[in-house]
Amino acid sequence: MIFRRVFPGLLGLSCLFFFSGCGSQPRADLVLCNGAEPQTLDPALVSGQLEGRICAALHEGLTRRDARGKSIPGAAQSWKISPDGKTYTFTLRPDMKWSNGDPVTAEDFRYSWVRALDPATASPYAEILFFIRGAEDFQAGRAPVAAVEVVAPDAGTLVVHLKNPVPFFLSLTSFTTYLPVHRATVEKHGDRWTRPEHWVGNGPYRLKAWRVNDRVCLEKNPAYHSPERIRLNRIDALAVTRASTAFNLYSSGQADVLLDKGLIPSLILPKLRGRPDFHPAPLFATYFYRFNVTRPPFDNPKIRRAFSLALNKEAVVDKMTRGGEPIALSLTPRGVPGYRPPEGPAQDEDTARALLRDAGFPNGQGFPRVSILYNKSELNEQVAVEVQAQWTRALGVQVELRNQEWATYLRSLDTLDFDIARSSWVGDYDDPLTFLDCFATGRGNNRTGWSDATYDHLLARAQAEANPASRFRLLEQAEEILVSRAMPILPIYHFVGCLMFDPGKLDGLLPNLLDEHPFAEIGPKGK
Amino acid sequence: MRLSRPAWLILGLLGVLVLAAIFGPVMSPYGVGEVSGNRLAPPDGQHWFGTDLHGRDLLTRLMYGARISLLVGLVGASISLLIGVAYGLVAGYLGGWADILMMRVVDVLYALPRIVLVIVLISLFDLKLKTLLDETFLAPFATHARLLLLFVGLGLVEWLTLARIVRAQVLTIKERPFVLSSRLIGQTTPVILFRQILPQILPIVTTYLTLALPAVILEESFLSFLGLGVQAPLASWGTLLADGASMLNPVATPWWLIVFPAVVLVGCLLLLNLLGDQLRRLDGHAER
Amino acid sequence: MLTFLARRFISSIPVVIAVLALCFLLVRIAPGSPFAAERALDARTKAVLETKYGLSGSLPEQLLRYGSRVLRGDLGDSLKFRGRTVAEIIGQSLPRSLLIGSISFTLALALGIPLGAYAAAQHRGKGDSFFNSLALLTLSTPTFVLAPVSVLVFAFGLKLLPPAGWGTPSQLILPAFCLAIPFIGAAARLTRAGLLDTLNSDFVRAARAKGVSEASLVYRHALRPAILPLVAYAGPLAANILTGSLVIEEVFAIPGIGQFFVNGVINRDVFLVSGVVLVYCFLLLLFNLMADWLTALLDPRIRLSS
Repeated sequence: MIFRRVFPGLLGLSCLFFFSGCGSQPRADLVLCNGAEPQTLDPALVSGQLEGRICAALHEGLTRRDARGKSIPGAAQSWKISPDGKTYTFTLRPDMKWSNGDPVTAEDFRYSWVRALDPATASPYAEILFFIRGAEDFQAGRAPVAAVEVVAPDAGTLVVHLKNPVPFFLSLTSFTTYLPVHRATVEKHGDRWTRPEHWVGNGPYRLKAWRVNDRVCLEKNPAYHSPERIRLNRIDALAVTRASTAFNLYSSGQADVLLDKGLIPSLILPKLRGRPDFHPAPLFATYFYRFNVTRPPFDNPKIRRAFSLALNKEAVVDKMTRGGEPIALSLTPRGVPGYRPPEGPAQDEDTARALLRDAGFPNGQGFPRVSILYNKSELNEQVAVEVQAQWTRALGVQVELRNQEWATYLRSLDTLDFDIARSSWVGDYDDPLTFLDCFATGRGNNRTGWSDATYDHLLARAQAEANPASRFRLLEQAEEILVSRAMPILPIYHFVGCLMFDPGKLDGLLPNLLDEHPFAEIGPKGK
Repeated sequence: MRLSRPAWLILGLLGVLVLAAIFGPVMSPYGVGEVSGNRLAPPDGQHWFGTDLHGRDLLTRLMYGARISLLVGLVGASISLLIGVAYGLVAGYLGGWADILMMRVVDVLYALPRIVLVIVLISLFDLKLKTLLDETFLAPFATHARLLLLFVGLGLVEWLTLARIVRAQVLTIKERPFVLSSRLIGQTTPVILFRQILPQILPIVTTYLTLALPAVILEESFLSFLGLGVQAPLASWGTLLADGASMLNPVATPWWLIVFPAVVLVGCLLLLNLLGDQLRRLDGHAER
Repeated sequence: MLTFLARRFISSIPVVIAVLALCFLLVRIAPGSPFAAERALDARTKAVLETKYGLSGSLPEQLLRYGSRVLRGDLGDSLKFRGRTVAEIIGQSLPRSLLIGSISFTLALALGIPLGAYAAAQHRGKGDSFFNSLALLTLSTPTFVLAPVSVLVFAFGLKLLPPAGWGTPSQLILPAFCLAIPFIGAAARLTRAGLLDTLNSDFVRAARAKGVSEASLVYRHALRPAILPLVAYAGPLAANILTGSLVIEEVFAIPGIGQFFVNGVINRDVFLVSGVVLVYCFLLLLFNLMADWLTALLDPRIRLSS
C-alpha cells in the first residue's frame, strides 16, 4: 500500500531533524527544572522570576546576589553614598569585558537603564527604575532623555541621583531591569538580539542555545572577570510546566534541581517533609484576596472586616497549600530586618457575625450572592473551595466560585468586574515598599478601587525619610491602615519556596527570602 | 424489531446510571460541595468511594457529575445532530454552487481549532447570559449560565463531520431510481428530503451519535480543565477524572480518586458505544 | 491528474484565507489583552505595544495589515514570547511534532488495520466482540488518564523507559504510543465495518459462488474497497496527529507545536495562533488531497474530475 512508501519517508525526514539538534549532545553538568518557557531573555523586558534567574546568569549588574540572596559587589567593585542617601557613585571593575571582548563601561549601564525607560522599549517593569531622579518624567514623555540623572563621567565611574533616599538601592542594582546590555548588539539586531547567535553579555554564563519549550543551554563565559568563580561548565534550564512531569524528571534523575514549589505536586508535599533533598524556606511573597470596594456589598468596611474575621487561615494552609506556609496577618511577609509588619485581626467568628448583623444581614439573611474570582489552577480552586465553605458555615452567606481562563481573569481584575478576587504578589526587592506601593491611589496594581489619603500621605512621607528606622515606622503605620482598618485586601498566607536537590551531591543552593539562586554558585559538593 | 439479550443488559445498565444521576444525589447523605475534615479517606462503609482532598464524598460527586456529563453529552450531541443532518441534507440535495459554498464553510470551520470558538463564545456571553437570566423567572439557573453556553458551544463545534457524512450519503441516494421517480411524480423537495432520503441515512446517523456522545463528554472535561466549563463545586465525570489524574505521582497516589471516575466514565462510554453497535445490528442495514 | 491537483489547489486558497481571517478576528474579539500580566501594564506602554505589533486601529485595519504581511511571507512576531518570530517558533516545534506524529500515525494504521481485519474475519465470534470491546476501550480512554498512568507503569513501575523529556529515541516510545492508542481503536473499527460491508456485497458473493478461496477473497478482492472509509478518515487524522496534542506534550515535556493551539488562544497571542492554524490548515488540505487521490486509485468507480 501507499502508506508503506510514504510514511517511512516522512519518518526518515523527521529523524533527520531530530538527530541534528542539540539532542545528541551529552548531558549538561547540571540540569534544572526552571518552570515554564522563558517569555524573553532581554533584561529590560523580563517580568517573571524564571526569566530573571537566567538573566542573572547571563548578565552581571553593579551588584549581584550571593547564594544567600545578599547583594554583593558585581560589576562595581566599590561605591560611595552621599550623606543624604540620594547620590550613589559606583566605581566599576577595570577588567570587565563583554562576551565578545568589548570592555564594559559606565556608559553601558546608563544606556541600558535609559533603554528600559524609553517608552519605545515598552518595558513592563520600567516602574522599578523610577527611584532615579527624572526617570518617571522621561518614561511618561514629559522630559527629554537628559533629564534621567544617571551620569558616566568616565568609563569606570557611574553617578546615580535618586529622587528620595532609597536604603535598598544596592539590592535594586542586581534586579533584572537594572542589568546591563551590550549597546552595539541591541542596536544592530533589535528585537532579535537575544538569539544565541547574536547574544552578547557580561555574566558568568553565555547563551549557547535556546530551544522553544525545551531548554536554555548555558555555558561558562571565558570572558567573565572571575572565571575561577564559575563552578560548572554547562547548565541546562528545562522548560516544564506540569508539576507531575517536573517531579518525574527529578525522580528519575533526568533533572538535578527543582527550582520552584510549583514544580512539586502539592499532594505529596507532606510526604516530602523530612526528606534530605527537600528544602523549604519562607519567601517574600503573599497570597491574598482583593475586595472590590467600588460596589456593594464590599464597599462597606464592616462587611470586609466580617469576611476577614470569619476566615480560618490555618485551615487553608494545613489542608490546601501543605508546604508549611505561615498564615498571613499582614501583607508584607516577615524577614526584612528592622521592619515589624503590623498584624491584622485574628480569626473571630462571633465578632464577624456581629459585624454582619450591624451591616443589616443578621445570620447572613438577605446578603446578596457574591463570588470569588480566580484564574483556573489546581491550587487557586482548592483554596477557593475551602474559603467558600468556611464563609458559608461561619456567616451563613452564599458565596459562589467563578473561575476564568487567564486573559479573561486579568481583564476582570483591571475593570473591577468582581466581588472578591484571588491575587498574589512577589516582592521585587527586600523592602515593604514593594508590597505597600501597590495600594497607593491610582496604581495599576491596586485593582480594588480603594483609595485613602492618609495611606498615600504616609507612603510619600516614608519615601522622603532619610532615617531608615523612622521610615519603617511610617510604612508600618501605612500597612496598619491596609490590613487592620480599611481592609481592601485579605492576606491569607505567605509563600514558601521549595527547592529539591540532593545535598550530598550539590551545594551553593541556599534557601532565601527573595528566592535568589545564582547559577554560578551551584556546584558539586565540596569542590 | 426485537432487542437481543445483550442489548437489554446494556439498556439496563445505562438505566441504572440514569437513575443514579436523577435520584442518587437526593438520597445521598452528603452534599456535592460539602467539605469535611475526613480528607483523602480511602473507601470504607461511610464513604463507599472514598473522599477527595476537601473531604467531599466521591460517590455523591460522581452522581452529581453524571447529571452534568450525561446532559452535556445528550444536549451537545443532539444539537450537533440537528445541525449536521439538516446542513448535510440541504447541501447534498441542492448540489451545484450552493453545495460547494456550504461545504467550503464546513472546511473553514473544520480547520479552525475548536478551542478558539469555545473561548470566544463563553468569555463573550458568559456574563451577558447570566445577567439576562437573573432578570427573568429563570433566575435560579443564572449560576449555570456557563454550563448552558458549554452545551451549546460543544454542539456548535461537533456537527461538521456529520454534515460531511450526510451530504456524501445524500449525493449517492438522490440518484437512485426511487428518488428520481418521486421527483417525476411531482413531490416537493421537503417531502423528498424527509420522506425518502432521511430514512435512508438514519443508520449512519445513529452510528455517528454513539461516536459523538463520548467525544462531547471528553471535550467538556478538557474545557473545564482550562477554566471554561463546569464551575466548582459542581463537577462532571471528566473534571473528576482529570482531578484524579493530576494527582498521579510516583510517591503516593490516592487510587480511588482515579479508579472510580475512570470506571464510571469509560464504562458509560463503552456502554453507549456497545448500544450503538446493537442498534446497527438490529437495523440490519449496515451489516447487510 | 495534474489538472485535478491544480484545480484542488486553487479551490483551497479561499478556504485558507477564510480560516486565517476568522481565526485572527475571533482571537482579537475575545476579551482580554495579549499584553496583560499579573503585574498591571500602564495604558501608555500597552498603546506602544499595540502600535508596534500592528494591533492598533479598527479590527478590519488590523486584519488587512496582518493579511498583507502574511502575503509577503511574514507571519509576524509572537506577542507572549517577545522577540521571537512565529516562523522561528513553528520552525523549531513542528519537526518534533512531525516526528512523534508520523510514528503514531504509522502505529495507528499498522495495529488498527490488522486488528479490524481479524475482528471482521471472526465476525460475531468471541474474537470479534473481544476486539470490538478493546477498540471501544481505547476510544473511550482520555489521554489525560492514559498518559500519566503509562508513565507510572512503564517508567516507575517497570523502569523500562524514561518518564519524560526530549532528545533520545527511547523518550519517543511512550508519547508516540499514548498519542496513537485512541486512533488504533478508530482504525480497527473502520476497517472492520468496511470489510463486513464489502464481504456482503454482490461482487464478493458472486466471486464466492465462483469458488474463489476465502483468503484470496479477503486480501485480493475485498480489502481494497473495504479500506475506503479508513482512507477518508486518515486524511484529517494525519493532520491532527502530526500537529500533536497539548496533554501529551505537557505530560512528556515534548517541545512540540500542539500546545500553541490552546496556550496561544489563552494568551491571546494572535499571530502565533494564526500561524499554527495556518500550518494545520495546510496539512489538512494536503492530507485530504492525498486521501482523495488514494480513494480514486482504490475505487475505479470514482473519477478524479468529479
